[in-house]
Amino acid sequence: MNLKSLYKFAIIMVVPLFLFSLWWYVAVQIKNPVILPNVEDVIELLSNPTNNLISMGSLASNIIVSLVRVIVGYCLAALIAIPMGILMGYYSLVHNLLNNFIGLFRPIPPLAWVPLVLAWFGVSSLATLTGIEHGQWYIYLNNIKLSMIFIIFIGAFFPILTSSIYGVQSVNKTLLDSALVLGAKSSEVFGKILLPAAAPSIINGMRTGLGVAWMCLVAAEMLPGSLSGVGYLITHAYTIARTDIVIAGMISIGLVGALLDYLFRFIENKKFSWQHLAR
Amino acid sequence: MNKYVAVIKNIDKTFVTKKGQAIHALQNVSLKIKNNDFVCLVGPSGCGKSTLLRIIAGLEQASTGTVVFRGQPVTKPDKRLGMIFQEYSLLPWRTVADNVALGLEFAGKPISERREVSKKFLDLVGLTDFATSYPYELSGGMRQRVAIARALANDPDVLLMDEPFGALDAHTRILLQRELLRIWEGNRKTIVFVTHSVDEAVYLADRIIVMSKSPGRIRDIININMPRPRNRANPLYGQLSARILDMLEEEVAQLSTVAIVKGL
Ligand SMILES: Nc1ncnc2c1ncn2[C@@H]1O[C@H](COP(=O)(O)OP(=O)(O)O)[C@@H](O)[C@H]1O
Ligand SMILES: [Mg+2]
Repeated sequence: MNLKSLYKFAIIMVVPLFLFSLWWYVAVQIKNPVILPNVEDVIELLSNPTNNLISMGSLASNIIVSLVRVIVGYCLAALIAIPMGILMGYYSLVHNLLNNFIGLFRPIPPLAWVPLVLAWFGVSSLATLTGIEHGQWYIYLNNIKLSMIFIIFIGAFFPILTSSIYGVQSVNKTLLDSALVLGAKSSEVFGKILLPAAAPSIINGMRTGLGVAWMCLVAAEMLPGSLSGVGYLITHAYTIARTDIVIAGMISIGLVGALLDYLFRFIENKKFSWQHLAR
Repeated sequence: MNKYVAVIKNIDKTFVTKKGQAIHALQNVSLKIKNNDFVCLVGPSGCGKSTLLRIIAGLEQASTGTVVFRGQPVTKPDKRLGMIFQEYSLLPWRTVADNVALGLEFAGKPISERREVSKKFLDLVGLTDFATSYPYELSGGMRQRVAIARALANDPDVLLMDEPFGALDAHTRILLQRELLRIWEGNRKTIVFVTHSVDEAVYLADRIIVMSKSPGRIRDIININMPRPRNRANPLYGQLSARILDMLEEEVAQLSTVAIVKGL
């Protein structure tokens, strides 16, 4: 590591170190772990993620359960929002048909759907849907409630849809024209010009969507029938006054969210660097 | 072979904008383009030059009138009618070589042939060393060379060029004009070249079509018989330029008189 990157690292660390010191200092002063637990306790929890916590499973296993839920809801959202956004971006008829209608749903916060979602789906899960009623698979599938998937779906859907529409609409028309005069068929214009040109914007929306989906997690896991997940861990730890677990859970949510975001950024930089460099 | 590659007959074009406003872009334009001709279209901006070129290319439909290319009416883009745009038209996510081979890819040619042909045309425009570069790594002039190579790699009969050098600096522009003539003399495509630079038109063209202000009509056709390469210091060169500039000035003057009368 040279001096410059050392300096950069130091700059990055200033604010977190300051906050940690503040936390440490205040915690020691108030001596009440329900209001603010000691830094050491939380670090202890985080550094042993496979330890069983208050009979709710370990931090790691709960994170994995949450991840699976988010991924199911998110993939469903992407699978619907991307084709829909591309169609809406490409055909003004489809755009006019759907845009105002969708515009009504966009501002509704995912949490506001909770009562309706409970009325619709209750505690039914993927296990109900697939008809599996016992065995190891039942345990896995029953953990993924339809209500949770729906909340996560709603959170991820709109960012992906909006950026897919925008991505297609803002494709340079000259690129499409130049492909046509070179003899491209419509399918080739679509697959070789339109999609790759819109891809950076779509990927960007997917990244935002994943962030929002992850943020909806706690809300989703507070729904009845939930017996696992980081969101559940946090709410349950709160009811038994284990603030250290609450904070450890929050930090894990933050870390996993940042990691997912980083993964997407990595793909963006690898595959779509032309977008930033193109003039 | 027929003497004319393309015959443009009584073209009228009216656009209807999103607000429902009708814009009369072209009025009764007729033009015959000879084989191996180098035709330049000049006219005040907004007079419909691009529209005419896009109609010839099949990218736009005329409201009335027809474009007949090699005996067939043009109704959709045809790869025998190549086009080069003023704006950025290379695919930014593809290398220069893959951009040049785009037309061959659409034609379903095998990769070996695509490589070979794209190399040949990159050699022709002097960009052999940039085959694996990306468009954003090239200067404006180099990008237009790539666009020219891409169009030529598709082996069109007619090359439609819409102000291809309009965004380049004066020096690069002159360099590319010279290069275009060299290429044209080598393979004798038919070229229809739109420009707003009278100097460029006089330097390049066999025939200059002067268009009137909007709605675009053909005002005059001027044959240029000066041998190439043309010398800008030649008095004839200056006289011709001055004559065409006068015509354009008249058109623009009329335009501003109209504006004054309308109280704009
Ligand atoms: N797609 C379009 N919709 C509406 N009006 C258009 C469209 N394309 C061109 N026009 C109008 O037609 C006229 C001629 O445009 P254009 O052919 O681009 O002129 P030029 O290339 O000579 O500058 C202009 O008034 C322009 O606004
Ligand atoms: Mg134009």
